[in-house]
Amino acid sequence: MNWIYEPWPWYIAGPMIALIMFLLIMVDKSFGMSSNLRTMCTICGAGNKADFFKFDWKLQKWNLVVVLGAVIGGFIGSYFLSTNTAVAINPETILELKSLGFESAGTAYLPTELFDTKALLSIKNVLLLSIGGLLVGFGARYAGGCTSGHAISGLSNLQMPSLIAVIGFFIGGLTMIHFIFPLLF
Amino acid sequence: MFKSEAASWFRIYEMFKFESFHMYGIIGSALFIGIIIVQSIKRFKIKSFYGEKINFHPKAKSFSRYMFGGIIFGLGWALAGACPGPMFTLVGAGYISIFIVIIASLLGTFLYGLLKGKLPH
Repeated sequence: MNWIYEPWPWYIAGPMIALIMFLLIMVDKSFGMSSNLRTMCTICGAGNKADFFKFDWKLQKWNLVVVLGAVIGGFIGSYFLSTNTAVAINPETILELKSLGFESAGTAYLPTELFDTKALLSIKNVLLLSIGGLLVGFGARYAGGCTSGHAISGLSNLQMPSLIAVIGFFIGGLTMIHFIFPLLF
Repeated sequence: MFKSEAASWFRIYEMFKFESFHMYGIIGSALFIGIIIVQSIKRFKIKSFYGEKINFHPKAKSFSRYMFGGIIFGLGWALAGACPGPMFTLVGAGYISIFIVIIASLLGTFLYGLLKGKLPH
């Protein structure tokens, strides 16, 4: 049973994600995390500022429970089921990241250079994290979904809009990593 | 999410550099099984746990919103190394700086709500 403390392989994780989608479908819901961001905005009163947020958020409580599940899952996964959370990415990738200034590559789960609480003292880092988040939130609502809603749920239902969205995700991601990162780091 | 390292910024970077199969394996296998599940439910008219018919809602057909929204999302996904699901997973795992990303993503969502009428869909 020791394998449980190691990182889990893709052929365990992928099917588990499909299982979550299946369970949600079986209770007549769907698997899509980004709509929760909209719900949270509404809870905070955004409905007073834009029609987009005027809806009965209580109907989306089930999805907020999924978020809670994700938080609990992260907690259990990190504190009870892991002995070493360093992520063993490709050694080539580690070298590339080190040349960009990410010394923590290969020894941590998240780059300490960006996510350590000390790193938050740097305006540049806070800006980078903020802009990243801003783009995710804006993009996900504009596209009507994120990886769970489009790449998993939408494509599982063979939806062309989801394919377009996923292609967009990749154009964006590749542009950021290949063209913008060298300018930022 | 956490144990599979899908919530790791490093894995997202690696994915966009095509330097590992791992993330493609996760998404690909989820999709492979997902397609079988959805098509089976449709073909065999499988009912929900409540005994009701399961309805799938096709997405409104268009191009701009999916492509532009997708690109913007992708830029953020690569920069922050997390999409909405993993963001919350990381909170549970104790990486509190992810709160900055979460708050920013709420602001981004809000911004979309304000600008929606002016954007091509």
